Amino acid sequence: MSEWLTPAEWGVVTLSLKVSLVAVALTLPVSYALAWLLARRRFPGRILLDAVVHLPLVVPPVVTGWILLVLFGRNGPIGAWLESQFGLVLVFRWSGAALAAAVMALPLMVRAMRLSIEAVDRRLVDAARTLGASPWRAFLSITLPLSAPGIAAGAMLGFARSLGEFGATITFASNIAGQTRTLPLAIYSGLQLPGAEVQVARLSLISVVLSLAALVISELLVRRSAGSRAHVL
Amino acid sequence: MFFDLSLSCRVGERAIELAFASQARLTALVGPSGVGKTTVLNCIAGLRRPESGRVAVAGNLLFDAAAGVNLRPELRRAGYVFQDARLFPHMRVAANLTYGERLAPTADRWIGQEEVVEFLGIGHLLARWPATLSGGETRRVAIGRALLSAPRFLLLDEPFASLDAERGETLMKLVERIRDELEIPILLVSHDRSEVERLAGEVVMLA
Repeated sequence: MSEWLTPAEWGVVTLSLKVSLVAVALTLPVSYALAWLLARRRFPGRILLDAVVHLPLVVPPVVTGWILLVLFGRNGPIGAWLESQFGLVLVFRWSGAALAAAVMALPLMVRAMRLSIEAVDRRLVDAARTLGASPWRAFLSITLPLSAPGIAAGAMLGFARSLGEFGATITFASNIAGQTRTLPLAIYSGLQLPGAEVQVARLSLISVVLSLAALVISELLVRRSAGSRAHVL
Repeated sequence: MFFDLSLSCRVGERAIELAFASQARLTALVGPSGVGKTTVLNCIAGLRRPESGRVAVAGNLLFDAAAGVNLRPELRRAGYVFQDARLFPHMRVAANLTYGERLAPTADRWIGQEEVVEFLGIGHLLARWPATLSGGETRRVAIGRALLSAPRFLLLDEPFASLDAERGETLMKLVERIRDELEIPILLVSHDRSEVERLAGEVVMLA
């Protein structure tokens, strides 16, 4: 593989994997909590929360990137706080690319996990309660393990989405070689250069294979958990 | 009094009103299907909050609307055997059986695993997954799981429904033995007259 790819291209692939893995790890607990809330609780503002969660899916990615820039930029309210408290700067860094990918992956991950939580029979939770389980214990021993395939499916789907993230990343984290130039950005950059057709084709092929693998795995996991009628695609 | 309750509960358009006190070891709650017998059990187990009333079982106050008492289900110590059993599909029979036992304080346990397994004749099922059990086996495991959770009373929802005559008879003998040997108050929901006449010391009609 390393002979087939130049060191620079290899760097793009590993950066992409790093950004996507961190993005998914970051989003996993948040999206599961949101999925559980949306699947199991009725509260005022639920529809609004549902809509906000889905926003990155329907808003142009460049707008999501701009919102991130406003909030997490060095002068943004969250960005300035992160820098003063932890010395953490996100713009123009790989961590910024991970944040952009995480936000864009969130709605897809929530959807997959919500499906699998809804597929868990609430009456099993009731049974656990009568057997002496607190709500938290019942969640840990019943809902969580029974929705585990959905968690894995959501993670896979989020991973695939993160690998392909372009608009929000280039807007928020920019296109810096070795820092934020993930696969799609490297492909885009290659297209700007004359004579890089082969490189573009190679990177595109890698991109397709990685995303396809993640998607197929997530679909298989959800089918296993919720039966053949449920699917994430 | 083993069971002492009065409650009213709205289910959609219908109102369920029920009041009774029973001293029998096994009390049967009968009535046509759809009249709300399971709803009454859910109110006793704490899975559903009645609009008003009072529920006391075996000397323990579980719910009192006027006094603002509403014990959470995990504190009511009901051995609830659901009509649909509700075995946990991701746990083997052995883990299902011990689920409630592990959550019960040691001092409150009054029956052990070996005794329950022997009593119900489910020793050969321990390593199986719930999905592979027959209807009768599923019910017996569900009863075992409830007994092991150190319950103060049992709620049996149509335990003999949809079993063939032979399996129904086996299970009925079992309930008789639980009634006579384990000395735990039982509330049995049924729509079958012969079942009720044979098992129950007192019959409550829900209409």
